[in-house]
Amino acid sequence: MRNAIKDLFEGVSSLHVWPALGWQEVKQRYRRSTLGPFWLTLSMGILLAGMGPLYGKLFNQDVGSYFLYLTVGFIAWQALSLMLSEGCTVFIASEGFIKSVRLPFTIHVMRFTWKNIIVMFHNMIVAVVVIAFFQPPLGFGLLLVPIAILFYILNGLWLATILGLLCARFRDIPQIVGSVVQIFFFLTPVIWKPGMLGRHAWTVDLNPFYHFIEIFRAPLIGEPTNLRSWGVVLAITLAGFAVMLPLFARFRQRIAYWL
Amino acid sequence: MSRILAHNLVVDFPIYGGKSRSLKHRFIRTATGGAFAKDAADRVVVRALDHLTFDWKEGQRVGLVGHNGSGKTTLLRVIAGIYEPVAGALEVQGRVASMLSISLGMDPEASGYENIFLRGVTMGLTRRQIEAIVDDVCEFSELGDYIEMPMRTYSSGMIMRLAFAISTSVKADIILMDEWLSVGDASFTEKANKRLKGLVDQAKILVLASHSKDVIEANCSVVVHLDHGRLIA
Repeated sequence: MRNAIKDLFEGVSSLHVWPALGWQEVKQRYRRSTLGPFWLTLSMGILLAGMGPLYGKLFNQDVGSYFLYLTVGFIAWQALSLMLSEGCTVFIASEGFIKSVRLPFTIHVMRFTWKNIIVMFHNMIVAVVVIAFFQPPLGFGLLLVPIAILFYILNGLWLATILGLLCARFRDIPQIVGSVVQIFFFLTPVIWKPGMLGRHAWTVDLNPFYHFIEIFRAPLIGEPTNLRSWGVVLAITLAGFAVMLPLFARFRQRIAYWL
Repeated sequence: MSRILAHNLVVDFPIYGGKSRSLKHRFIRTATGGAFAKDAADRVVVRALDHLTFDWKEGQRVGLVGHNGSGKTTLLRVIAGIYEPVAGALEVQGRVASMLSISLGMDPEASGYENIFLRGVTMGLTRRQIEAIVDDVCEFSELGDYIEMPMRTYSSGMIMRLAFAISTSVKADIILMDEWLSVGDASFTEKANKRLKGLVDQAKILVLASHSKDVIEANCSVVVHLDHGRLIA
């Protein structure tokens, strides 16, 4: 356990390693393209520009407020789904590193989390434009947005560690996670609103993704802070680390053997 | 004080086929009670290192010899801290530099200059430490203006020069090498040899795995023979 915690701290505090490697990974993907990583921004913008009016119409919503709701929610969803689906590959994709140099395993997790945050910030540009255009009534709740992002990072950390471990050992899990994420996209209020369920609206409270999206979305579209969602997110964060630490301590040293 | 001390060191590699690796089989195995013990006992493992005991002290130049698959590279990786021993104890005192894959972390699309930083980061160096070696690396690799060009424009020899120059630019107490590194054309090879020799000479312990008798004789004071993961005196 002590070694696992040491790994965690050394990994997180290796500020000269993971930010550079994470950024490198993003750059690598868009090298020699004129827009570079801003392709992320552009493709997200195009996607939302297409979906917004269509679903707004389908659901009979006021197009302005719906567009805003969809944009912010979708960006949050994408960050979360990346954490899950790509979290599976943190160790598998770092095989070259893991088998050649001794680095804290947490560095690979941080590298991956950082990459996802970079992607999220590129997507956020779309949200900023949409917010500037529709001008929702924003308040002090905005101060909660960075805290929400911090919670995304924290949860990405334990989630990717657990999933990375399991997926390194059992190669079916990435497929399972992939389909679960797909289902939850439809089960989670991203393109629809909880209110549309009528008297069944309470069911969204059972969906952890809803709470994660809510803490990011509510302040950005000018809705009141949902304290219950914050409570759920906090509880999940603590529970996640409580599961991750013993698992990481037990199996950390087996990772190299599993790859 | 540098030292590598092993006592009954064992490394087993579990072999996961397409079958035993899937979760489905894990479930079925657990569900069908009887098969469990059999399966668990049948799990194939390859014993890569079999109860190794040795004590390598400061000043020693260890040459690892043995046929393919005798465990040389695995032993180097265990000393580098990549594989944790399955049983037994290993104590490594001193800063380890492993020359196992010298171009790890480099990106063909990045410039040579950027790659110095990428490779340096992979070696665990801080930005300041990398800045301190940049001039030396540029000069030694003789890449000239190419250092500003993307690495994909390099010939393979040029890539190796750069990787070699970076990997050999930091001093360490213990150096692990899988075959003596040799890069570039005739004149560069000589220069590279000299640099590597200098690095090895200042190191306290060298562990070098090689198939070449000449290389072992020229560089090592102790020869350790591995056969099927066991030490042969």
